[in-house]
Amino acid sequence: MAVEIPKDSWAGSVRVVTLGATPADGGTRSHTIMIGGQNTLPFMHFEKSTPHRPVIAVEIKDRRPEDWSGLLLEIWGDAANDPATWAKQAEVASADLLVLALTLTAADGSPTTPSMAVGAVKAALAATKLPLIVLGPGQADADNELLVPVAEATKGERLALGLCEDKNYRTIVAAAMANDHCVVARTPMDVNLAKQLNILIHDMGLPLDRIVMDPTTGALGYGIEYGYSVMERLRLAALQGDAMTQLPMMVTPGFEAWKTKESKFGQDVPETWGKWEERAINWETLTAMTLVESGADVVVLRHPESVRRVHQAITDLMTVPETV
Amino acid sequence: MALSGIQIYKMLPQINCKDCGFPTCLAFAMKLAAKQVELSSCPHVAEDAKAQLSEASEPPVRLVSLKANGHEVKAGNEVVMFRHEKTFYNKPGLFLRLKDSQPAGEIQAAAAEADGYCVNYVGRDLTLDGFAVEAVSGDAAAFASAIAAVRQASHRPLILISTDSTMIAAGLRAVDGENPLIYGANTGNWQAMTDLAKQHHASLAVIAESLDELADLTEKIKEAGVKDLVLDPAARDLSQSLALNTQIRRLALKKNFRPLGYPLISFPGEGSDPAQESVMAVHAITKYAGFIVLDHFAAETAYPLLVLRENIYTDPQKPIQVQPDIYEINNPGPDDPVLVTTNFSITYFSVANEIEGSGIPAWLVVTDAEGMSVLTAWAAGKFDAERIAKTIKSFNVADKVNRKRIVIPGHVAVLSGELEEELPDWEIRVGPREAIDLPAFIKQVL
Repeated sequence: MAVEIPKDSWAGSVRVVTLGATPADGGTRSHTIMIGGQNTLPFMHFEKSTPHRPVIAVEIKDRRPEDWSGLLLEIWGDAANDPATWAKQAEVASADLLVLALTLTAADGSPTTPSMAVGAVKAALAATKLPLIVLGPGQADADNELLVPVAEATKGERLALGLCEDKNYRTIVAAAMANDHCVVARTPMDVNLAKQLNILIHDMGLPLDRIVMDPTTGALGYGIEYGYSVMERLRLAALQGDAMTQLPMMVTPGFEAWKTKESKFGQDVPETWGKWEERAINWETLTAMTLVESGADVVVLRHPESVRRVHQAITDLMTVPETV
Repeated sequence: MALSGIQIYKMLPQINCKDCGFPTCLAFAMKLAAKQVELSSCPHVAEDAKAQLSEASEPPVRLVSLKANGHEVKAGNEVVMFRHEKTFYNKPGLFLRLKDSQPAGEIQAAAAEADGYCVNYVGRDLTLDGFAVEAVSGDAAAFASAIAAVRQASHRPLILISTDSTMIAAGLRAVDGENPLIYGANTGNWQAMTDLAKQHHASLAVIAESLDELADLTEKIKEAGVKDLVLDPAARDLSQSLALNTQIRRLALKKNFRPLGYPLISFPGEGSDPAQESVMAVHAITKYAGFIVLDHFAAETAYPLLVLRENIYTDPQKPIQVQPDIYEINNPGPDDPVLVTTNFSITYFSVANEIEGSGIPAWLVVTDAEGMSVLTAWAAGKFDAERIAKTIKSFNVADKVNRKRIVIPGHVAVLSGELEEELPDWEIRVGPREAIDLPAFIKQVL
């Protein structure tokens, strides 16, 4: 019996966003990373080829993150004391690109200064040739104070700056526009809020191919199903032709997974949770893979073994089966 | 896919005889489409139309159920491609594979460990669903004793794995009275396997390398009298398996293609890298598997997979809620802090777990936010100053504490001004954004 394979054909496609710039384009990266461009649901190679594979960003910090799980501090060791060394180690762990997340305060408790932030970003850029995403500490005033000088000091590198949120996006977007960078736009797990923020940012004059959206996710066991379905809906809307959803998606499974008790702690947890390290890596890897299935273009991870597993799985998913 | 009233009408006699109790055939057709009446109410419907209509009323993905000793694992009856379109109904059964080449003692110990595994997640006890026993020894007696060893340790449903019908026959005799899943039938052995399935009322997995071949086989087996089928499109790599599972689900749901309207079985543990088993299982859970056979069991891998299965199969239309109330954590007294959150179960458990774990006594006031998490509820207007104030008043929180002070989640810091107006006698404090930071906040700030 000849079975006719049902193929979806979509009117819309996701925009391609290029992160990083080579010397020819005014940057210093050895290569750029292109994300997006899909015209099918994830990995439906029998319909259309997938132009760009989902990529893995490894999250590093400007200084040793003492609040991170002991497992992470142990695996990165001394590298976590210095953003340049950490960036190199992340590259060795086969990161496609880096996320440098700035800390609110310096080690002595005083606020992180713009020159410290610029120093950390430049050190990370100098240490590797990977494209870079820079995230502020997550408080509006501090984000603006640190990200503007970072944007200026790295003009032309085509970083992605974030996180733009509905309460605070103007300053970051303006800095990105003036210095040839991209932005990451984050909204709390809602299709319409995501669209709305994209519209607001676009209205300021930033082209859509310089916006990556972060629809936010929950970790496995902590609301991942909401993030998962919002991402599936956003991607379906994009394919159906809704222009303001046609942006690549970045999510932070590493951040989410490593704040759960399942990953963070090895003691005073139920015995039925099993061995700590493998459980923690599973928590991060499974959170990430679930989101890759639902359309993530960038997953931000923390543990090198999770990076290895997710990288292998994405390679497998990108393999076009012979029978197709 | 269900037929519309008009499609059904075309198959009815269209004589408006009213024998069914409805004024017209069209009215009856509409009721049939809504599944409010039975076709048997119409005495005049032709035999071929009757066959077609009863076929059409069957679910697009057949429900297959494995039963043993009071346990049941169901797969199938799914109606959507994406969980947000409605919901995914039957959680895929997770089975652990054991092979008859292992000594019986080892098999029994492995089965006992996995059978006894039970982990609590948001108040629910999660377990594996059964075992798959594979005949690799080539010895029917060894296969039967391996099954007996599993049965010593577990009463859960079984999958019997061999493509040799003499092995399967020996296995079925060892579990007489149950209806296990036989894995499986292929182009070479399907007649013998179908006979065995019929004889023992077992379900039958059908294995083929292409969808064309798979569809041919299921039709032949159905013709021969076995309807409870499970499909294995034989892909073992992520990409091919995702494509085939998607194609099969689409054919069943969108094309009403009966030959592939059965649940799927996946074997994520057959790859070369054991760490990839969980990754493959993610795809099996999210993308349409009905039965999943694992090759390794460890708490640290079983727990995340069981949780993922709960999450993906949660009905998106009904958030899991806890009862709005004032919860006492670690026996609080009148001087202990009052914390406010929403009644989304995961939000509640995150907050409650943190406080409980820290040993700090506190009152946790759970507001009715229609089962949404803090940010979602706030964005939807279900967690505002008015609702919080109403909750504080309706649970008489003021009578329980000496100090009128509440802590609201950091994500809704914007509510503090309005709350001060709604609760003029109360001090409003903004807590951390994440539950994990609560113990430190209570110790250092309050």
